[in-house]
Amino acid sequence: MKKYELLGNKPTRHGFGEGLVALGEKHDNVVVLGGDITGSVMTSLFKDKFPERFFSLGIAEQNATTVAAGMALSGKIPFFSSYSAFAAFRNADQLRVSVCYNNANVKIGGGHSGITVGPDGATHQSLEEVALLRALPNMTLVVPADFEEAKKATIAVGEMFGPAYIRFGRPNVPMFTDENSEFVIGKANVLTEGNDVAIVAAGLMVWEALLAAEQLEKNHGIKARVINNHTIKPIDIETITIAARECGAIVTAEEHQVYGGLGGAVAEVVVKNAPVPMEFVGMPDIFGASGEPEELLEKFGFTWKAIYASALKAIERKEKSTNDIRKVTDIPKYFENM
Amino acid sequence: MGFSVEFSDIIFKNQKREPAEFAEIALELRRDIIKSLTLAKSGHSGGPLGVSDIMSVLFFGGVMNHNPQAPDWAERDRFVLSAGHMAPVLYSALARSGYFPAEELATLRKWGSRLQGHPGLDKKLPGVETSSGSLGQGISIAVGMAMSDKLIDKNDRNVFCITGDGEIQEGTVWEAAMSASHHKLDNLCWIVDNNDCQIDGRCSDVMNIYPLDTKFASFGFDVINIDGHNYEEIIAAFEKFKANKGSGRPTVVIAKTFMGKGVSFMHDQYGWHGNPPKPEQAEQALSELV
Repeated sequence: MKKYELLGNKPTRHGFGEGLVALGEKHDNVVVLGGDITGSVMTSLFKDKFPERFFSLGIAEQNATTVAAGMALSGKIPFFSSYSAFAAFRNADQLRVSVCYNNANVKIGGGHSGITVGPDGATHQSLEEVALLRALPNMTLVVPADFEEAKKATIAVGEMFGPAYIRFGRPNVPMFTDENSEFVIGKANVLTEGNDVAIVAAGLMVWEALLAAEQLEKNHGIKARVINNHTIKPIDIETITIAARECGAIVTAEEHQVYGGLGGAVAEVVVKNAPVPMEFVGMPDIFGASGEPEELLEKFGFTWKAIYASALKAIERKEKSTNDIRKVTDIPKYFENM
Repeated sequence: MGFSVEFSDIIFKNQKREPAEFAEIALELRRDIIKSLTLAKSGHSGGPLGVSDIMSVLFFGGVMNHNPQAPDWAERDRFVLSAGHMAPVLYSALARSGYFPAEELATLRKWGSRLQGHPGLDKKLPGVETSSGSLGQGISIAVGMAMSDKLIDKNDRNVFCITGDGEIQEGTVWEAAMSASHHKLDNLCWIVDNNDCQIDGRCSDVMNIYPLDTKFASFGFDVINIDGHNYEEIIAAFEKFKANKGSGRPTVVIAKTFMGKGVSFMHDQYGWHGNPPKPEQAEQALSELV
């Protein structure tokens, strides 16, 4: 199995900030709207470099999102960034009507996402926005796994046309992709080869999936296919369907509620094209609480260990259900003709 | 009983006019509104009739720079109907400008039509600048357009936006007001259609919005109070807005209007906010709009 080295630790929000500067250098019509917390979401890098293309709009996410739509309808490529807790739900109606229905070329950077915002507590631990965003027609939704990928994703969404949301986080997270790693919107990356179980992950859970795969092989000889599903919408139907057919069992892992997120998106594909047992690693329909990020990841089960246990369970179900499927195919002929 | 009407094919030029000349244009818009809503069998009558005089001056009085032959002309002024439910008056103004044939007004709200119940950009009706209908959003769109024009492209274009008065109960409207003032958008002309009516009753009863002028003044606007049915006052308001460019202050025109203006039985009746005329009511309305 291919091994991935830990190349360092950096927050994905730094990738977003640096990606924005790179975009700004390349495209004159890229502009950034500030929602007061520019240092936290790293749009401050763009503000320092291109002050004439940075506009402060204060703590008013609904207005900022809609102003961005007005700018997009004037040929600009506006990025608005705030914490995911306020950049997806607070402005949901604005995203729906002014951004997505208009198919306006607006880009939203959702920072401080997930449980890893830590001590700020449940109000700020945004674990639901993927469910909301992926229900919006015209929306593209990317959840990068590490610093380099966040940078590439930022540039990629800036250079595509249409509404897009990038979800990134606050703390340092393991870096395992580099400048040369492939990143194409809508194309999931198969990181390890294996046919026993597929682990489809996004964000910081991709690294945990790699750790889980290593342990599964070491302890059980299980070969897991780890898929970095950085684009939640449009979902990569082909890669997921092939994984379901060839592996026969799937585990999804995300720093999000188990309902409606990556797990839901993958399940929709699997149920339609190749139904196989699935297990879901994510927040179990509860709110978070204050604590250090590492501590919260452990307590709420955002770890390789949770993925590992889910993989064993999915494989067990696959072996069981294979027998069940055989039984069903033994049904009398006349049923088949109905 | 069926309702059949013809839409005239009259086109009005966008040029400086004497105040008295607008009466004829406003009548045509009001007739279109009654006809298209009656055919649609649903929609909002009161608001569109109330702003017809303002729309006549805006679209046909040389106030707004626009070109029906080139809807995407890069130097055009832009109009945002934040109160998207007033779509019938926008569609009529666009048709009478020559953006599309007036007979298309008969398709309002129908399957396959470019004339959606609330403006939809996806239907690509020439002259429509944005989707609108979720109240309060259009004014923020207008702020974004005005910022783009003044602060990024640094051109002379103007952005005009009509909101309802009930609409300004939406909190985001005041976020928009703050940002228009903060960014010194003297290229933004915001018209508040102050008919004091919303679905449930008088604005002051449903949720008091007054005082309007001092509220906007305290947000940093230049406030112009007018009678929204007096052409001289409407023309003067837009002239004042243009003279105000360079001041660094956005303009708000608080236009006192009557819902259902021009049709006796709809006049100042909030019950006509969201209903279309029935065919016999349309006959009577059209007999008055001459």
